[in-house]
Amino acid sequence: MADDKDVLRDVWFGRIPTCFMLYQDEVTEREAEPFYLLLPRVSYLTLVTDKVKKHFLKVMKQEDVEEMWFEYEGTPLKWHYPIGVLFDLHASNTALPWSVTVHFKSFPERDLLHCPSNSVIEAHFMSGIKEADALKHKGQVINDMQKKDHKQLWMGLQNDKFDQFWAMNRKLMEYPTEEGGFRYIPFRIYQAMSERPFIQKLFRPVSPEGQPYTLGDLLKEMCPSALPQDDEPKRYQVVIHGIEPMLETPVQWLSEHLSHPDNFLHISIIPVPSD
Amino acid sequence: MSNLHSSNADTFAKMSDNADSPTETQKEEPPTQQPPNEDSGTADEKKKIDVLLKAVGDAPIMKTKKWSVERGRTVQSLSQFISRFLKLEPSEQLFIYVNQSFAPSPDQEVGILFECFSSDGKLVLHYCKSQAWG
Repeated sequence: MADDKDVLRDVWFGRIPTCFMLYQDEVTEREAEPFYLLLPRVSYLTLVTDKVKKHFLKVMKQEDVEEMWFEYEGTPLKWHYPIGVLFDLHASNTALPWSVTVHFKSFPERDLLHCPSNSVIEAHFMSGIKEADALKHKGQVINDMQKKDHKQLWMGLQNDKFDQFWAMNRKLMEYPTEEGGFRYIPFRIYQAMSERPFIQKLFRPVSPEGQPYTLGDLLKEMCPSALPQDDEPKRYQVVIHGIEPMLETPVQWLSEHLSHPDNFLHISIIPVPSD
Repeated sequence: MSNLHSSNADTFAKMSDNADSPTETQKEEPPTQQPPNEDSGTADEKKKIDVLLKAVGDAPIMKTKKWSVERGRTVQSLSQFISRFLKLEPSEQLFIYVNQSFAPSPDQEVGILFECFSSDGKLVLHYCKSQAWG
């Protein structure tokens, strides 16, 4: 059997082939060719799309350019969600490459946060890690780290350096053996069919009797409608990093192996494709 | 209430030492906008949560610290409320922290923060005009 550590590498290097196309109403001086890119699932849209911006700016007039933002089939894409989550939530079961529309005008203030620079992404990312560690270890691990250690986590993500990131991140994955897991599991459950942002509550990895809780247990408590009902065809898929993990998988294992770099386990609930 | 604020001020690691002398008057300014309503404890308990707002650093304190806030309200709208309440200049930023450690995303719902980080039935949020915690 493969080492569980291999899973970390597979998660980190997950890529989504994407085709960026300029929104049809944008004014250009020449025709804008589409731009293709392999997007890292664990990164953020605004962190990895400098090339996309450069590509389209070549055909646009300076004065027609405002903050760049992305949309998929009418849905503005939140840069502050990991790319893999955006894809799983909005575009699972569709043909690749993922077709993303690029806008330079009419920024949807109600739907998206502004992202004027990479330091905004860094602040968002670090805040996520701190929040996760507050749940996992009452924040003790992240608070014991030095500024340069925090920087190492961020630089690891920014520069796609798996070893650099994990050399530090493994500390955030430790827990006392006798407790069998973290204090609480940092998770977020997104529902494709819901307007609500996501579900996030306190959930322990192990029952008071010492029994590990599973993904099924988590969903039963947080989002029971996502689980298949008796005698009914399956209505929803529970997707993490593009796969449907078995509902018997312990949440502690998922948290350690399938969390995003922000240390949250991002779970997407999407309707089963009808065809 | 302001004693509580002052005594807590000493424990904040990175803040400047002028928190004990808020620059702004403590006179209460009733909010012109309705939500978040001042703690009434009547209307729809389930939909509202108790939030305790504490100033850090040079942020002016609010005499009314405890507010009843709808769960679905975002951090951003709460932040805008505080800014208006304190009559901050549009140019002045306001940062909100949970657990004196992380700044929740502006679109985060306070109800979720309450679920995960409240203690004694209330969510304590610190606000300041400059970044206090990383």
